[in-house]
Amino acid sequence: MLTIKNLSKQYNGKVIFKDLNVTVADGQILTVVGPSGIGKTTFLRVLAGLTKADAGEISLNQHPLLLNENRTGAEVGVIFQDFNLFPQYTVFENITLAPRIVARQHRRVYQPQAEELLAQLHLTEQRDFYPFQLSGGQKQRTAIARALAMQPGVLAYDEPTSGLDETTTQQVVTVIKQLQQQGVTQIVVTHDRPFADQLSGAVLDFGTDVVR
Amino acid sequence: MHYLITILPSLLAGLKMTLGVFALTLIGSLPFGILVAVLQRSPVALLRGVLNGYITIMRGTPLLLQIVFVYYGLSLANLVTLPRFEAAVVTFILNYTAYFAEIFRGGLQAIPSGQIAGAKVLGFNRWQTLWYVTLPQVVKTVMPSVGNEVINLVKDTSLVYVIGLGDLMRAGNIAVARDVTLVPYLAVGALYLLLTILLTVLMRYVEKRLNYYQ
Repeated sequence: MLTIKNLSKQYNGKVIFKDLNVTVADGQILTVVGPSGIGKTTFLRVLAGLTKADAGEISLNQHPLLLNENRTGAEVGVIFQDFNLFPQYTVFENITLAPRIVARQHRRVYQPQAEELLAQLHLTEQRDFYPFQLSGGQKQRTAIARALAMQPGVLAYDEPTSGLDETTTQQVVTVIKQLQQQGVTQIVVTHDRPFADQLSGAVLDFGTDVVR
Repeated sequence: MHYLITILPSLLAGLKMTLGVFALTLIGSLPFGILVAVLQRSPVALLRGVLNGYITIMRGTPLLLQIVFVYYGLSLANLVTLPRFEAAVVTFILNYTAYFAEIFRGGLQAIPSGQIAGAKVLGFNRWQTLWYVTLPQVVKTVMPSVGNEVINLVKDTSLVYVIGLGDLMRAGNIAVARDVTLVPYLAVGALYLLLTILLTVLMRYVEKRLNYYQ
């Protein structure tokens, strides 16, 4: 369970959010909606430990997370808007790099896990492709597989449908729902309301639900 | 032709010295250049200041003067007396480290911040991010500039004549003065040219090998 208590963030004297309280149960989807520029991505970055929060607490399964840039570990998996795949590595290498280097897993552990993720996300044929050889949807699924390989407590997406066509957007919906069935806790930041509605998760509307 | 064959052994001995200075300078200055570029991003202002000062001095004064200073100056000041070859290599490493550091600094700045964020959320620490994520991309970006410096280095090694080191250029000088002909200079020029052509081909090959991704 992800618990966010009294989380606050100001930027250049402007309150982005104040005393934000959110709980996301295991295997649930929380969609964070609202117009562009309202602070949704800042919220995601705070959640991921990329941006410092001013006050508040975030805990994952009763385990508190650091609220500044000193956070280590991969408790919050992030699918960035532009994916941030490592261009010099293949799909397989992108997925296995962190398990190999950060988690120091043995090949016997990370390889079958990666093959399973590739199959689950329909990337087996692209296993040895480099990111520049992938379509937008394939890049995104690689980013999802890369994050899942570190078995994060929560998976957070930043605008996952931006730049994707309708068919690929539907594939994203399918993937998110499949992961939900597997018990993955997910937070989806999006300004795409019809997409958010399809996910039928709890909704945090940054336009109306957030105190400033 | 016969004359060329007679001077060739001395030219080749000089070439050996030139290659020695060249190889040792590269082996020393490339890793140090990367290290200085990384440390220039340190949060410690004093360290950044010291490194900036070092780079300014190395790039702002002639290499010839630096060689003279390290060989004669340090000895006259009773600090340390280095043999000629060691003095030359130390000076070249100090000088080229500064240039390579600037090249790598530019390469590091060109890495999109998203790459570092992407590594951080996967749990990579600073050094793992540098080694596995950013540095391989930097190497690809800076390879053309590094190649340029490598070619410059070949020609710069001729400056070691100033402390009497028997490199290719000095071997040519001796033959010219002794035999009163410019032919040795032509041979020296041809050898430098051959060396730079070989290095250019090698650098192009490396660039091509690194071009497997976009």
